[in-house]
Amino acid sequence: MTSVLYDAPGPRAKRRNVLFSVVFFVLLALFLWWVWLTMDDKGQLKWALWQPFTTSDAWTTYLLPGLGDTLKAAGLAMVIALPLGAFFGIARMSDHRWVRVPAGVVVEFFRSIPVLLLMLFANEFYVRSTGVGSEERPLYAVVTGLVLYNASVLAEIVRAGILSLPKGQTEAAHAIGLRKGQTMTSILLPQSVTVMLPAIVSQLVVIVKDTALGGVMLGFTELLNARSTLAANYANVVASFIVVGIIYILLNLALTTFASWLEGRLRRSKKSTGATVALEDATGINPAQVGGGFGTGAGGSI
Amino acid sequence: MTVKLTVISALGSLVWGTLLAGMRVSPVPLMRGFATFYVNTVRNIPLTVIIVFTSLGLADIFGVTMGASDDFKVQGFRLALLGLVAYHAAFVCEAVRSGINTVPVGQAEAARAIGLSFSQVLRIIILPQAFRAVITPLANVLIALTKNTTVAAAIGVAEAAALMKTMIENEAQTVAIGAVFALGFVVLTLPTGLLLGWLGKRLAVKR
Repeated sequence: MTSVLYDAPGPRAKRRNVLFSVVFFVLLALFLWWVWLTMDDKGQLKWALWQPFTTSDAWTTYLLPGLGDTLKAAGLAMVIALPLGAFFGIARMSDHRWVRVPAGVVVEFFRSIPVLLLMLFANEFYVRSTGVGSEERPLYAVVTGLVLYNASVLAEIVRAGILSLPKGQTEAAHAIGLRKGQTMTSILLPQSVTVMLPAIVSQLVVIVKDTALGGVMLGFTELLNARSTLAANYANVVASFIVVGIIYILLNLALTTFASWLEGRLRRSKKSTGATVALEDATGINPAQVGGGFGTGAGGSI
Repeated sequence: MTVKLTVISALGSLVWGTLLAGMRVSPVPLMRGFATFYVNTVRNIPLTVIIVFTSLGLADIFGVTMGASDDFKVQGFRLALLGLVAYHAAFVCEAVRSGINTVPVGQAEAARAIGLSFSQVLRIIILPQAFRAVITPLANVLIALTKNTTVAAAIGVAEAAALMKTMIENEAQTVAIGAVFALGFVVLTLPTGLLLGWLGKRLAVKR
């Protein structure tokens, strides 16, 4: 790989690069060696601590049900948040001020609150005001928090996706006599869905990561919570953290790889406009362009 | 507590993230590999897992107490700081790297033509322009960081989410308390977004 940032290395630069490599390698090796020594010192490398993960028991009793709950919460949240997000995203672009302004307020409000606060609040709300049993309550609370937060993030993605279409599409649709609703459902939405898909899949990664919050704060039995039961059983805190970390990495890497594959595919296909919305773009819309008075508010969803 | 956590970890992750970004574009393959591995790993682990690990793993098992072994509160605060910096640095790195990509190729070529070395090119020519381009993405990371400090409640740091949890469990006015905390975050994050968005537009390199 050559970069514009540096010249193709000559003999001296090559020597210097090798020197840097060696120094960096030694530092890295020293660090890893220190980590290894400390782990050994505290007895974390004993096979007894890692052995449970080679038996099916640890997986079927703890990790797989935990992973199942993680996926269930994430899937439910996505399925509910998507139509809600589309609704608010479209409502925010309405021609009527009385629709546009409330939708904007709702979206900006929920976007700027930490998802954890929403979960805690939803949990307490279910305890006090509804008859949801304590068995299902954590799941309900987690999904409610995730839906409220991610619907508003998705609303921004939808809005950015529709705004990314050329203005001529709307004008042409109006010219052939379609009404506003028809323009939206048969012209704008189908085209923008392909533009938005990668961003939506990326948002799924955020949702998966956020389910872990429910495990710690609300006692929802997802992967991270299953880890603590497992660690309590086998007394292998560090080993279980590493295994669970790897599961999360694999899951999310699969999702991001899927997202970038999708993006590449959509970019190549001739039907779409070829543009895709990055998550960052969703918050960087010019307020004047949108016609709303709220501008770029509290974005940032990682 | 929330504000203190936010400010300190924002500064920390900015420094560490910029270093990582520098490594990612450096001519030394090993550094590139390390930074890429770090970013891909950390980005895909939930922050909650990282923060809980700093407490249960680092502190309890390895005895990493950040020089505050006797004071549980200070220890939790510093560990949360460590987790937040480690996590958000990966996002800062990606933002800065995308900023480096927005700087026109001619700038780097011209800098090399007048004989600057890699570190000089990066320090004097590229990064100052890149930072001005990525103020808005960095602002998004900062806002996410503000919201993510609530995760520190998981290891018993008394920031907003932990306070709210105790308050709504003990008081009757659930909705009122929830609304106050929610408004607190709106007040913290909305002006940050607006101010930095405005600053980003103002400072953007005109091309």
